[in-house]
Amino acid sequence: MNGVIADISYRALLGRRRVWLLVLLPLVLLGLAVLLRVVGADGERATVTLLQTFSIGVMLPLLGLIAGTGVIAPEIDDGTVIHLLAKPISRPVIAQTKFAVAASVVAVFAAVPTFAAAYLLIGAESGVAGGFALGALVGGVAYAAVFMLLGVLTRHAVTIGIAYAVVWEGVVGNFVPGARRFSIQQWSQTVADQVSSSAFLSTEIALGFAVPALVVVTAGAVVWAGLRLRGFSLTGDE
Amino acid sequence: MKIELTQVSRWYGNVVAVNDVTMTIGPGVTGLLGPNGAGKSTLLHMMAGFLAPSGGTATLDGAPIWRNHEIYRSIGLVPEREAVYGFLTGRQFVLSGARLHRLPDPEGATDKALALVEMEGAADRRIETYSKGMRQRVKVAAALVHDPRVLLLDEPFNGMDPRQRLHLMDLIRAMGAEGRTILFSSHILEEVERVAQHIEVLVAGRHAASGDFREIRRRMTDRPHLFRVRSSDDRRLAAALISDASSGAVSLTEAGLQVQALDFQRFTRLLPRLAREAGVRIWQVSPADEDLESVFSYLINRSG
Repeated sequence: MNGVIADISYRALLGRRRVWLLVLLPLVLLGLAVLLRVVGADGERATVTLLQTFSIGVMLPLLGLIAGTGVIAPEIDDGTVIHLLAKPISRPVIAQTKFAVAASVVAVFAAVPTFAAAYLLIGAESGVAGGFALGALVGGVAYAAVFMLLGVLTRHAVTIGIAYAVVWEGVVGNFVPGARRFSIQQWSQTVADQVSSSAFLSTEIALGFAVPALVVVTAGAVVWAGLRLRGFSLTGDE
Repeated sequence: MKIELTQVSRWYGNVVAVNDVTMTIGPGVTGLLGPNGAGKSTLLHMMAGFLAPSGGTATLDGAPIWRNHEIYRSIGLVPEREAVYGFLTGRQFVLSGARLHRLPDPEGATDKALALVEMEGAADRRIETYSKGMRQRVKVAAALVHDPRVLLLDEPFNGMDPRQRLHLMDLIRAMGAEGRTILFSSHILEEVERVAQHIEVLVAGRHAASGDFREIRRRMTDRPHLFRVRSSDDRRLAAALISDASSGAVSLTEAGLQVQALDFQRFTRLLPRLAREAGVRIWQVSPADEDLESVFSYLINRSG
């Protein structure tokens, strides 16, 4: 971890307009929770469905994408990253710092609103709020790592990231049973299920697979990003 | 400290950007001169550790440059792209550099670096409000904040107004005189001439010439020059010119006379005198090959 790099990264990520992108989705989630409450559909089943489909299914990958690519891709794009790289600091440390910033941002903007939305609807009933908050936290951290790696690997990180979130996680992960084993969202739900005793939440991936998978994907992505930064090349206009 | 390139090449797919370059950059100011697209940035990036040579080696005092972040203790880099964190003030930007270098007194080093580039006045404004020249200067300050022994600058004078340009030239000269190893790239001969004692010329990825700038300058002016001359009587002027040894070839064209001057100095004195003697009025004399490309291609043909 490097404090100076973290400081610059937070300012770049949370500065001015970009913060609204991060605020928007949690606001929609809380808005939906309020709406369900107002219309009286605030049962445990509705809460679990809202958190599964919107919180884990939509908000988590998008926030992971915004924060994960946002901590590094714009800087690589416009060349400002040179200011950090042309310093006697090991490149893996730079990658780890960027990851920590992205992960903490996703934790705050995804896990906290998830807990708040669930609590608003059903309080602490069946541990749904705590379970999904934890699931969103670990899933968000994994997404942050994967999308940060994507930001280091390619100039088209956002496009590829959206395609991944929609096609793989959204379609393949939901309809092809085998692919579910390799879905960050499914792992998140497994973790949520572990904490929550709700009868409306059932997952098919074992905790014994989901937790190691989350750890391996997160750590692997951060290490790979560090290695890629070590060999970071500037290709000029010529 | 010295940077050594040994038979360095860099290619992108089938395109060769830098071809078998061997050079040593030692203390003092070296200008890396070449037309746009000659491979200057590619070469500079390899010296700065931001590009791996496809072949050959690049070292700083014997230590490999590629994948070695320790070199940045001694190297200051001013990249060509003007992008800097717009949301930081100039002072915050330079200070962040000082802190990343873990300097014992980052604030003091920042003040010193800002003063070197005369940016104290605007230091507390956000960089996004800066002009291109101010951004360039704040980048130079950030590159100098750790007092590096080696300074690499990619087209540093681009976007600067004449006063800023002169100031940076003075600064570079002074730092070179202190014994630092400084290399800057430029496609403008006059810039290089004013600052560098030593010139490395790169043309189409090849190392075309190397040496003292006066020597290279002389070779550039001594080359055969091609002039286009328009006058009241081209044929008569042609006859007078060809009789003198300073003209290598004279041809009559629709657009006037094409004269190849072998001896530049002698030709410039001769032309008006001959015209007066022959009673010919000269309307126009224009160099037909004064662009850098032809100067460089002459140099590379000589060296090749």
